Amino acid sequence: MDTHNDYEVDLGNLVAFDPFHHFPSANSAREELVSECIRKGTELVQEIANSLFNLPSTEDVDGPIVKLPPPSTKLPREKPLPKPKPPTKWELFAKAKGIQKRKKDKVVWDEQTESWKRRYGYDRVNDDNDVPIIEAKMTDEPGEDPFAKRRSEKKKKVEKQEKSRLQNLKNAAKAGALPSHVHLAATALPITGTQAASKKLTKDELGNVAGLAATATASGGKFDKKLAGEKPAKHEGKFRKFLPVVEGSGIGSQEREQTDRVLSKLISANSHDILNVDKAVNMYNVKKEKKRRYQQGKAFVPSNKLKPNSKPMKANRKPIKKSVKGGSSSKKGKGR
Amino acid sequence: MDKIKTPKTGRARRELQKRSPKLVETGKKTLILQGKTSGLLNNVLTELFHLKRESAIRYTRKNENIRPFEAGGETSLEFFSKKTDCSIFVYGSTSKKRPDNLVIGRTFDYQIYDLIEVGVENFKCADSFAYDKKLAPQAGTKPFIVFIGEGFKSEDQLKHLKEVLLDMLRGEVVENLNLAGLGRVYVCTAISSNRVFLTHCAIRLKKSGIIVPRTELIEIGPSMDLVVRRYRLPNDSLRKEAMKTSKDKPKKKIKNVTEDAVGGKIGNIYIPDQKIGEMALPNKAKGLKRERREAKMKSSNNEPATKKHKEDS
Repeated sequence: MDTHNDYEVDLGNLVAFDPFHHFPSANSAREELVSECIRKGTELVQEIANSLFNLPSTEDVDGPIVKLPPPSTKLPREKPLPKPKPPTKWELFAKAKGIQKRKKDKVVWDEQTESWKRRYGYDRVNDDNDVPIIEAKMTDEPGEDPFAKRRSEKKKKVEKQEKSRLQNLKNAAKAGALPSHVHLAATALPITGTQAASKKLTKDELGNVAGLAATATASGGKFDKKLAGEKPAKHEGKFRKFLPVVEGSGIGSQEREQTDRVLSKLISANSHDILNVDKAVNMYNVKKEKKRRYQQGKAFVPSNKLKPNSKPMKANRKPIKKSVKGGSSSKKGKGR
Repeated sequence: MDKIKTPKTGRARRELQKRSPKLVETGKKTLILQGKTSGLLNNVLTELFHLKRESAIRYTRKNENIRPFEAGGETSLEFFSKKTDCSIFVYGSTSKKRPDNLVIGRTFDYQIYDLIEVGVENFKCADSFAYDKKLAPQAGTKPFIVFIGEGFKSEDQLKHLKEVLLDMLRGEVVENLNLAGLGRVYVCTAISSNRVFLTHCAIRLKKSGIIVPRTELIEIGPSMDLVVRRYRLPNDSLRKEAMKTSKDKPKKKIKNVTEDAVGGKIGNIYIPDQKIGEMALPNKAKGLKRERREAKMKSSNNEPATKKHKEDS
């Protein structure tokens, strides 16, 4: 404990380093070595604790809290420093013209509806839906729908804003200061002269095409040199083709023919097995037996069975009829 | 043509925010993964993972195509680093030439920054240490780290290992530290020019009569010898880029505080509605009970009440 000045202590990381300690014998027993390490470690930990517990602390419910100094050991970052965002075109313009930002109220008095409304967004002031009448002006062109004009103008404004937003984000991306939540995804370039942008080929489609190309030689691709990392074609054989199930003429009837053919083939091949004589005789005998038994039973049962049933039926019927008659109107009966 | 893509959910947005570069970084995550391993190496990796539980990701599948020191062998490592947002990786593999091999490396901007390869010897897992379990430190507490030996200053490879170990073990960089939460030390000792003895100890704080308590270390494991094999230092331009720090601290937005023309502070204070009607009284005295009070009034007006009436509806 008398060589305080020899230790390098980084309180921010709670690290202590003794650069002068030397183990005398490298071949000493393992246990001795470990105990020596622990003894020396305790000394160093005590050294950190000495300065740590002497820092000004504030009491908290969980224990005393000290404010650590920043770490003195320099370690590399994991990601580069964030770069400042370049100014947008508007910001540049505003700076050149000396335009300053003003705070605007969130709600504005709407004269159309005579109420306070939001400046932007849903249920906003001067909304398209709230303007019932647009007064004609001298400058208006005849035959033009002022409402449609309003709508298209709004749409154009939104499009323009979207375009400038994209441009500003592109500039930011170039400076390496794209906001973390924005991702600029490249879309396929439209072929000049065509309307729609061409669809991007999927991985599978590309694989299929590559497979076709690889086998389109005289040898069927057998003697071709394989490229590094080239995989065998995924579809070596033909694709399976199914006929339409819906009935019709031409191809439509082929499906039925096909199944008919299969069926007739099956039947003709197994024609001798279709009628199992033994089974048929057996079934006939069983049925006959059942019928006989049923008729026997019927001779005794019916008189007993019918009588008890008839009485409750009659007894039930009478009160029902009465209740129906007693009810003054059908509505009342329904109400119950 | 470019298309602006933004996350659909707030959660995704926050997740991206967390991954974006920051002015002041607070800690690195560790990715622990393996190629062909032995039983011992599996234990080493698992114990390392448990030590760094709160800031580590463990991959248990075999990733044999990773060879960090060879050209082209680091591609999937960089991919994993980007995927998991980890900037320190520990790759364990074993072979005849290099048995029980650990490659510890760091990445900068998802690119390999530096590497060091160590062999593990004399490994003792945490279970083999007998100690009072009450002393076991809580997970996620800030550790002390102690380096002993002149090797860490004189030898190049050990110097490098010291930096990597410090980066890996130090945990989160904090400003405020709770002194009650201290309880563990990593003791790293340079035994020879390429061998480091690393062990994990618990701290017992004993009363000493003064503010500073007397410390005592109890080995709780795991402990191991790390033998340095190969290492690769970062190239200078990358190091220069990675060592950049910002002078200014990130500004925290202060709400509701403004300054007037003279330079005085004006604060807006918002007081929520005091719901006095709904407030619960600390103790319901018997005299305050409604029924009793009413019964008393009745009895004083007329004759004594015979029965209590509950007047709840």
